[in-house]
Amino acid sequence: MTETTARTETAWIRGLVKEFGPRRVLDGLDLVVRRGEFVALLGRSGSGKSTLLRVLAGLDHDIEGETSTHGRVSVAFQQPRLLPWRRVWHNITLGVDTPEPRETARQALDEVGLADRMDAWPRTLSGGEAQRVSLARALVRRPDLLLLDEPFGALDALTRMSMHRLVTRLWQAHRPAVLMVTHDVDEALALADRVLVLADGRIAAEHVLPRARPRKAAENAGLRVRVLSDLGVEGVDDHEGA
Amino acid sequence: MTSSPPAVLAESGRAGGVSRRARPAGALGRHGLRLVRWISPVALLLIWQVVGEFGLISPKKLPPLTTVWQAALEVAGNGQLGTGLAVSLRRMLIGFAIGALIGAALGVFAGLRRWTDAAVDPVMQMIRNVPLFGLIPLLILWFGIGELPKLVLIALAAGLPIYVNVHAGIRGADPHLVEATSALGYTRWQRIRHVVLPGALPYTLVGVRLGVASAWLALVVAETIATDSGIGFMINNARDFLRTDIVIVGLVIYAVVGLLMDTLVRAIERWLLRWRVS
Repeated sequence: MTETTARTETAWIRGLVKEFGPRRVLDGLDLVVRRGEFVALLGRSGSGKSTLLRVLAGLDHDIEGETSTHGRVSVAFQQPRLLPWRRVWHNITLGVDTPEPRETARQALDEVGLADRMDAWPRTLSGGEAQRVSLARALVRRPDLLLLDEPFGALDALTRMSMHRLVTRLWQAHRPAVLMVTHDVDEALALADRVLVLADGRIAAEHVLPRARPRKAAENAGLRVRVLSDLGVEGVDDHEGA
Repeated sequence: MTSSPPAVLAESGRAGGVSRRARPAGALGRHGLRLVRWISPVALLLIWQVVGEFGLISPKKLPPLTTVWQAALEVAGNGQLGTGLAVSLRRMLIGFAIGALIGAALGVFAGLRRWTDAAVDPVMQMIRNVPLFGLIPLLILWFGIGELPKLVLIALAAGLPIYVNVHAGIRGADPHLVEATSALGYTRWQRIRHVVLPGALPYTLVGVRLGVASAWLALVVAETIATDSGIGFMINNARDFLRTDIVIVGLVIYAVVGLLMDTLVRAIERWLLRWRVS
């Protein structure tokens, strides 16, 4: 890879193959995530989206193909995965090299509106709060690439909507490249610059969205039908999702 | 998240960690029930006193409560109780500390890696399956009848349940948390310190409670067999002089101290696991 591409590409994957026993989950996948862009990765369950994310997070080395990431990588998972025996602020800054961890944690929690829960035990948080802490924990690491693994999948619809606004705001403030795995088409269309559909172990379709935000669902109704058809869901008319 | 409360890996011993299920209090109400719970123990003590008082059982076999109380004041007054208790507690403390440290260290070591597990665990399982008190003749042959065989017995009694539970706790580290913290850039040491060890704490405390109970039992047995100091010595001495009342005092002391230690460990456990708020 040359110097010039290195500056614009935060993640770069070529010919990625991942097998689980006889099953080839990723089969020669190519993917580029450019600096600061928000990419949503859609796919049916079992399509290998989370596997791809784990490879980028450095959690799976048993692969074939080339992958490279530039800068710091950070992750937020579907379950918040906070350490229940460490207070909220400690969860944020553990593993981060910072001279004043409590102050760092306060700023990070302030951004997600939870500064008053600094000293709470994680088990006393609601699902939405825990997920916000998880986001703050990922962002306090100042990632160049933020990996989101169905981060709102376990939340109720109302909480999810406010989380969408929060993520957009945080992304605009920090500008990491984001790769978000989701199975929610509307979520992908609301948040991403680019929507990729994973099928048969490769990127089967790509849709670029207008950059304007916030978005109204109606604006993307046509695209929604096309993405759903990429996912193998047919016969959805425009009005259903709008 | 899958950090469920640990299943109690029961060794021998009484602290099984069985929680009473809340049942409806019925007609008596909560306070009524609490009163009723006192009826049978108090009745038993009354019968004991009456039986002794009327000479239904020879006071050589079962002296009345009041005599036992007098005996308690006597041994407390002449210093027998104080010195005996100090010696026994010291034995318990030293033996338990040694056993707990070795047991916990081996448990952590064996739990962290597959090869360390393969290296340590089979031997520990072998030792665990030898009946502890069956070892006494061997310990006497090896270490004589001084302090050492007693400390070894107590240490073994404490160390084995602690080893088993620490080991299980370490091996049961939540893979989701381990994975998440690796992705978030924890070093290996940070992962052990903040993820694996705290995750093993609930199990470890179960092991400690079992270990305390089991070590105290080992102390009682060791002191009954051969000793020239401690509560056991006081009891044996009293037996030689047919002082059944002092024997009973000694037994009550054993029971009360055992109970106090269990209460203490439970209090420590509540504090250490205060993050488990529901």
